Amino acid sequence: MKLTDTYFLTFAAMLFTIGAVGFLVRRNVLVMFMCVELMLNAVNVTFVAFSKSLNDISGQAIVFFVLVVAAAEVAVGLAIIVAIFRRRRGGATADDIDLLRG
Amino acid sequence: MSEVVIFFIMASIALCAALGVVLARNPVHSALLLVTVLISIAVLFIIQDAQLLAAVQVIVYAGAIVVLFLFVIMLLGVDEEESLAEPVTAQRPVAIVLGLVVLAEVLFLAGHQWATGAQQSRGSLQAGDGGNVERVARSLFTDFLWPFEVTAVLLVAAVIGSVVLARRSNKPTIDDEVETL
Repeated sequence: MKLTDTYFLTFAAMLFTIGAVGFLVRRNVLVMFMCVELMLNAVNVTFVAFSKSLNDISGQAIVFFVLVVAAAEVAVGLAIIVAIFRRRRGGATADDIDLLRG
Repeated sequence: MSEVVIFFIMASIALCAALGVVLARNPVHSALLLVTVLISIAVLFIIQDAQLLAAVQVIVYAGAIVVLFLFVIMLLGVDEEESLAEPVTAQRPVAIVLGLVVLAEVLFLAGHQWATGAQQSRGSLQAGDGGNVERVARSLFTDFLWPFEVTAVLLVAAVIGSVVLARRSNKPTIDDEVETL
């Protein structure tokens, strides 16, 4: 039995689906962010799988850019969450944040 | 053969832990299960000849990003369990159905060899001198030099943005305004 890229693509598809469904069903903003990380990681697995099957190093180089975007997104997103929680005590779910006014 | 065994062990650990991230009611448990997912994926990177990415995955994701999550959870004190009441009618069933549609779609694409890119257009995974680190670095600093420079701008923007957002302002909170109305 040989390990082909289909295994990795199937695994990545299942991981992406878990992340997407989690983002839709959870209401805690922090857990929603973790689900976004799951989806980004599924994409990274896909890039590395194609890098291996096409024997091309650029798939691995692109994962670095995904990592940078993920890090920037988490930094800004968590700062937004901290700012929101500081200004409205109590409410801890995405449904409580329904005002555009700051 | 051993690679297949490692793949199935690590993939099942990662998928179970990912389900745990979604299903755990305490955000701290979610964060710890996220670390499990990330380290299993690092092992999957190693069996695909991506040693540098496996190290970066553990250092950046498990080391920095999840610790940041845990800091925010502890700082805000939101580690209480969330209620299971559904504010939007039938949100969960619809989300699960949509997820299954996405899964079927991606699996259909994955099984049909739709990626027909040219092989080795930008450097091989194995040939030549040096290890995996050197090859990734060569690709990053030649083919991807311009995007690499642009990420510097992105990171500066992210740092400035988070400092501005997290700055303590003297404006009254929304709760105070509601009380005065």
